[in-house]
Amino acid sequence: MSGRAKIYLIAIVVAAAGVTWSLMRVFSPAPGAAPAPTVTAPPPSETAHITATLYYGSSDGRALVAVRRDVPAATSVVDQGRQILTVLFQDAPQPYVQVVPKGTKLRAFYLTDRGDAFVDLSGDVVSAHPGGSLTELLTVYAIVNAVTANLPAVQRVQLLVEGKEVDTIAGHVDVRRPLEKDATLVREGRASGTK
Amino acid sequence: MTADHQVMSRWRVTRTRGTLVALLCLFLGAPPQAQDTPAPAPLTLVSKDGRRTIPTVTSNGRELIALDDIASLFQVSVREDSLAGGFTITYRGKTIVASVDQSMASVDGRIVTLPSPITRNGRRWFVPVEFLPRALGPIYDQRIDLRRGVRLLLVGDMRVPRVSARIESAGPPTRAAIVISPATPVAVVTEANRLVLRVEADAIEPVFPVSASGMIDGVRVGDQPNVVLVALNRQAGPAKTGIATADNATRVLIEVPMAEVRPAAPESKIPPTGPPLPTTESPRLPGLEPRQALQTLAIDPGHGGDEVGVRGAGGLEEKQLTLDVARRLRGLVERGLGVRVILTRDDDRMVGIDERAAAANNGKADLLLSLHANGALSGSPSGAEVFYDRLDREGEAVRSAPVAAVALPVIGGGTRNIDIVPWELAQARHVEASAMLASVLEQELRQRVPMGQRPIQQGPMRLLSAANMPAVLVEMAYLTNAAQEKAAGGEQFKNAVAQSLYNAIVRFRGYLEETSSP
Repeated sequence: MSGRAKIYLIAIVVAAAGVTWSLMRVFSPAPGAAPAPTVTAPPPSETAHITATLYYGSSDGRALVAVRRDVPAATSVVDQGRQILTVLFQDAPQPYVQVVPKGTKLRAFYLTDRGDAFVDLSGDVVSAHPGGSLTELLTVYAIVNAVTANLPAVQRVQLLVEGKEVDTIAGHVDVRRPLEKDATLVREGRASGTK
Repeated sequence: MTADHQVMSRWRVTRTRGTLVALLCLFLGAPPQAQDTPAPAPLTLVSKDGRRTIPTVTSNGRELIALDDIASLFQVSVREDSLAGGFTITYRGKTIVASVDQSMASVDGRIVTLPSPITRNGRRWFVPVEFLPRALGPIYDQRIDLRRGVRLLLVGDMRVPRVSARIESAGPPTRAAIVISPATPVAVVTEANRLVLRVEADAIEPVFPVSASGMIDGVRVGDQPNVVLVALNRQAGPAKTGIATADNATRVLIEVPMAEVRPAAPESKIPPTGPPLPTTESPRLPGLEPRQALQTLAIDPGHGGDEVGVRGAGGLEEKQLTLDVARRLRGLVERGLGVRVILTRDDDRMVGIDERAAAANNGKADLLLSLHANGALSGSPSGAEVFYDRLDREGEAVRSAPVAAVALPVIGGGTRNIDIVPWELAQARHVEASAMLASVLEQELRQRVPMGQRPIQQGPMRLLSAANMPAVLVEMAYLTNAAQEKAAGGEQFKNAVAQSLYNAIVRFRGYLEETSSP
C-alpha cells in the first residue's frame, strides 16, 4: 500500500468513526433515564397458556366443581405448580365460590423426588377460614386436587402454613401428612372462560 | 185345695212377687238405659285411697252415672227439691243446683253446661259422667280428671302418665319403644318370656295394644295399674333394654334378638379311648366376669375457649352448642346405661386435638363421639352429617399388618405383651366399626333432625385418626343457615340430637357385644 493510500484509508476510518459518534450522540438516551427491562413480556394475547382444571366451591357451597381455566404456561413442573395455585387463589369465576380464604397467598411451592408437592400458604388460610368440616375439606382438596390433577408428576400434596406443618386448617381435617386427590367431593362443573 | 187352686195360688204368689219387684224398681229408680244399648265398661276411680269401680249406664248414647253413687263416692250431701224438680249438692259450703231435663247446672253460682240432660228415673237421678269434672270438680277439694278413653276417673294429683308402645322394627332383633309421657321413672325387670316395666306412678294411661311382631308377642297392662308387660315369644333371646329421658318423656328401648340355636354336637364316630380330658374352662372367679363391650363413652365437645368454631349470624357459637349437647348426652347415658362418660372438656376452654384423643385413649373409651356444628360458604346448606375417618396409604398398611407387640417386664417378674399402635394411625383398626357407627347414627338422627345431602362422609379427620376405638364426628347442623341456627339454639333441637345419639349408642352397644363375643 502506498503512502497516499494509507492516508486515504486513515481518513475514511476517522470519518466513519466521526459519523458513528455523531449518530450515537443523536440516538443515545438522556442522562438519568431508567434502563431498559431485561425481559420484555409479549402482549398477553401472545402468552403461552395451558388449560388447567381448577376447583371451586359450587354455588351452594356443598361441593367442589372442576372448572377448566387458562393458566400461564411455565417451563418447569415447579413453576407450573406456582402458576396454577396463583390463579386458583384469585377470585372464583361466576357462579362458583372461592373456598380458599380470601387473602391466602402462596409462599412457596416445591417438589420432592417421591412426587410429593409441598404447598406453603400464608397464615390467612387459617385466620380467615369460616370453619366447619365440610368447608375445611373443600379448602384442602381444592388445593390438593388442583395440583395433582394438572401435574402428573405430583402424587400427593403436603400443606404447610407459614413454612410449618400444621395439624389442621380449621380444627377438623388432618393435614399433617401428604394428601392424595379426593374425587368424592367433586361435582360436575363446566368450562370457564379465559381468566 | 185342688190342684188347679194350687196352681192358681202359685201363679198369684208369683205374680204378686213380680208386681212387688216391679214396683220396687219403679220406686227406687231403674237404670234409664235403653234395652238395646250395651252397658259400657265401668269407670275405675283412682285416688290415693286406691281404686274403685264405678258403674255407669248408657241412655240415648250418653253415659250416665247415678247421683247416689256420686254421693257415696265423694261424700257430698244431696238434697232433692221435689217442688222445683231438681236437686242440690253441697260440699263444704259450696253448692251445685241442677234440674231435671236440663243440660246445665249452677256450680257455686256459675253455670256450666253438660253434654246431655240430667234425668230422673223413679227416685234415682242420673247425670252425665262429664258432670264429675265439670260440675263437681270446681267445688271439690281435689282435682277430678275424667279420661273416658281409658275408663279412668282420677281424683287428686295422681300420677297417671300416658304409655304408648310401638314396634320400630320386626327384626330380628326386634326393636320396640315404650314411651312414657310425661317423663316418669321406670324399672325394667326381665322375666321368663317377658319384660316387666314398673312405672313409678299411681296408674298408667295405656295406648295399646301392640300386635305381635317379630320376637314380641304383645304389650299389655299388667295386674297392677302401673305395670306394663311386654310378652316375648318362644324364639326370643335375652332382651336388652335402655332407658332414656328427653322431651319430657321417658323411653324404654327394647331390643330382642332371636335366641341362639346351638347345633347339636355331631356324634363322634371314634369311640373314646380314654378318660375324658379335664375341661379348660375354669369356673369364673367373682369379679372376673368378661368385660362388657361398652363400659366407657368419650364425648368430645368440639372447639372451646378462643377457638369458637363456626359462629352463626345470630351469634350462636359452635363451641357453646357442642358443650350443651354433650352434657345432655352425658346425662342420658349415665342415667340410661350406667356407662362411664368422659367429656374431653366440660367448660369453655381450648383443648388440643391430641389432648382430646389422649383423654379418650387413656380413659380406655370404647366409643368416641366428637360433636361439631357445620359452616358453609353460602347460607343454603343445612342438615346433620356424620364423618368417619378415611385411611391413607400408611393407615391401610397398618390396618392390614399384624399388630406389633413388644414384651415389657412387669413388677414381680415376667413380661407382658404390649401392642404398639402408631398414635396418628390408631384409628386404622377401627375404621369398619366406625363406618357401622356412622350408619347407625345417621339412621337415628334422621328420625329427629334434618339431614344433609351427604349425611355420611369420609375424610382424613384429625381427631378421629388418633382414636384407638370406633369414633365418628357428628356435625349437628349448619350454623351458617339462618333457620338451622335458630333451631339449633332451641331446647327441642338439642334434646332431639342428644336423644338420637343416645339411641344410636344403645344400638351400637349391641353391635359391639356381637363382635366382641367369642
